Amino acid sequence: MTEPISYDQLLSILVRDEPRVLTRITALFGRRGYNIKSLSVGNTEHPGVSRMTIVVHGDRGVVEQAIRQLEKLHDVVKIIDHSLEKYVDRELVLVKVAITPESRVEVRQIAEDFRSRIVDVGRHALTFEVTGDEGKLTAFIEQMRPFGILETMRTGRIALTRGSNADIASHIYHGGESDTLRPALEGLEAREERARGVPNLF
Amino acid sequence: MGQADGQEPSGQELSRGEMTGAKALWATLANHGITTVFGYPGGAIMPVYDALTFYPEVRHVLTRHEQGAAHAAEGWAKATGEIGVCLATSGPGATNLVTGLADAMMDSVPLLAITGNVARHLMGTDAFQEADITGITLPITKHNYVVRDVEELPQIIAEAIRIARAGRPGPVLVDIPKDVQLAAYAGAIPSPHARPEIPAPSDESIERALELLRSAKKPVIMAGGGSLDAAAEITALARAWDIPVITTLMGLGAFPASDPLWLGMPGMHGSVAANRAISEADVLMGIGLRFDDRVTGRVGGFAPNASIIHIELDAAEIGKIIRTHVPVRGDAKVAAVKLTEGALKGVWPDWTAQLQEWKDRNETPDHWGAGYAVKAVVDRLTPDDILSSDVGQHQMLAAQLARFEKPRRWLNSGGLGTMGFGFPAAIGAGMAEPGVRSVVIAGDGGFQMTAQELATLKMYDIRNVKICIINNSFLGMVRQWQEMFHGKRYSEVWLGDSNPDFLKLADAYDVPGYRASSAEELPGAIDAWLADPKSALLEVVVPHEHGVFPMVPAGAALYEMIESDPRRAAELKAQLADAPMNEAPTSTAAEVNDA
Repeated sequence: MTEPISYDQLLSILVRDEPRVLTRITALFGRRGYNIKSLSVGNTEHPGVSRMTIVVHGDRGVVEQAIRQLEKLHDVVKIIDHSLEKYVDRELVLVKVAITPESRVEVRQIAEDFRSRIVDVGRHALTFEVTGDEGKLTAFIEQMRPFGILETMRTGRIALTRGSNADIASHIYHGGESDTLRPALEGLEAREERARGVPNLF
Repeated sequence: MGQADGQEPSGQELSRGEMTGAKALWATLANHGITTVFGYPGGAIMPVYDALTFYPEVRHVLTRHEQGAAHAAEGWAKATGEIGVCLATSGPGATNLVTGLADAMMDSVPLLAITGNVARHLMGTDAFQEADITGITLPITKHNYVVRDVEELPQIIAEAIRIARAGRPGPVLVDIPKDVQLAAYAGAIPSPHARPEIPAPSDESIERALELLRSAKKPVIMAGGGSLDAAAEITALARAWDIPVITTLMGLGAFPASDPLWLGMPGMHGSVAANRAISEADVLMGIGLRFDDRVTGRVGGFAPNASIIHIELDAAEIGKIIRTHVPVRGDAKVAAVKLTEGALKGVWPDWTAQLQEWKDRNETPDHWGAGYAVKAVVDRLTPDDILSSDVGQHQMLAAQLARFEKPRRWLNSGGLGTMGFGFPAAIGAGMAEPGVRSVVIAGDGGFQMTAQELATLKMYDIRNVKICIINNSFLGMVRQWQEMFHGKRYSEVWLGDSNPDFLKLADAYDVPGYRASSAEELPGAIDAWLADPKSALLEVVVPHEHGVFPMVPAGAALYEMIESDPRRAAELKAQLADAPMNEAPTSTAAEVNDA
């Protein structure tokens, strides 16, 4: 048998915004020993719903199995497998680069070429903010490496499908409507509202 | 609970008529038709037990260990198909449920577990008897909740019941902090959710399955635990096509054993016919199963010639272990009916003849031993009787030898293989169906893991539970593996010197006991045991070293199975050599040496 080909795969998971959801999701990957390469979580346009972008390294079978297991979770509203459609993805990185009076100009010039912004200026270091796809960020870091990188932090990738949701094939948004989430979310807001109104008795 | 915590709210200030979270819990359960719960009280669940006194319509069964409560609720659920409910306090009470929850998860049993927890302001502080039970049970429940607001409590219970029963069933845990149990509740008591509809399989997938079946020369159906509620439809389907049927350990009863099309159980201790049929088949249709590794043997050698049709509700199971050529996702019942409509009576005389030849290789235990004893017991069962088993050799022997005509009459721990499961499950099933005999076959090892539930029999004067202990003084299955694969080094499996006198143990709980130690004593003992008007215990003392065969060694393919007991073959050969000509060998296989 030939080894299945492994590559990075991008998933967006819409989940109910409740305690332990992150644990439930990551535990599913962890149980089978699949390593999550990056994970970003944030709010969405729907109150009570968060969106995760997960990058998993694995073969197609691994990811398909993971998706099916995730779909069974009560907290999961929707999963978008970005390998099936065109998407845009971005990542943000903060890079702190060591500078000397001699290298200062060159470092700034490279940063400009990458359309990055300086977010902090120190006597011996500059901190840059760069957004873009994975390749651009990696290239930026490689360009800066010879000057001495003091610290970096990457947010992990985030992604959205391209086009308006009405243009998107039905296997992603069933029926092609952008408000297809609504049925799954019924009652969610009311419950949140109620929870806010109840005083803590103890 | 030891110390009185000054901050802890006292329940006594509430008037009798006032609705609390705890009362709302019982009212919701009663509204959902829950008549019986199994549980064990403790400090953090006391308000719920206090509220119980106001709800006589729900019967609480006090077990002697929370694990017993969980397995009894499972037994209830497995026998009836309805949800089982168990109850425990926080910390140690909750963690004692864990084995039962994992068991229910593996075998897709609808189970609702309710646990108390420390008051909300104490949660996360390592308070007395606190455990993060929702964290602990995360991977072994379908879903779990912490109720953080009394207003949500009844809705969460209703939702938990819905989730436990929906689609592929499973366990759901609801953890309720003590102060939430005590808090006043002003809302309504929810009615049951409508049972969610099970999706019907697509016409396209049915069409592809029909096409494959029509082209088959050597078809076989394999039915698992997910097919039990479609037993009638699957039986009609198999008969319409004339396709032989294999039922897995979890699927026993999904097809009547008396039907000539039945081939037995597949897998590690499956029948020769079932395992050979899988290895030779050109079309294998799996219904409601997950291709457990105990069924497949070495995956690469499983059904090497077959195109696989997999009818399954849980999409995550399709293609998980075995490549599937025709996935049919949806209700097995609907799929079976649709596949029956397109039936062509099969014409495969060679296949039928071959299967018959394999079926004839089934050995019936003809000499004194565990198999002989199990057969004598299961032969006395009627189709209505519920048979539970523990886990081990006796379980495999019962699965091989019992003949089930109906679904939901065979309860055992298939996926998790939980020793101690059988006896409490038999109690749960026996309480669910008081008019039906609930027989449990246990081993001397497994029985001792939950033997304290004899007290439950006594307390509720349960009269229909019949316990049979097959006592070989060993952890038999482990011993068999040590014999075959570990050079007979019997490491820590000998129980003989320390086993209790099981009859005295039963007597201590007022349970009548019977014993048989030979083939001659056995029929009389079984008669007396079954005729006893009370629940009773039968101990059958059998030779120590008895193996279960056929057997597929771990890591082997099904076609590499060891068909019969090599030790027995050697004995028979020796007897033949000694015996005078023309005289049939007598079965006097003496007990083989002790460890």
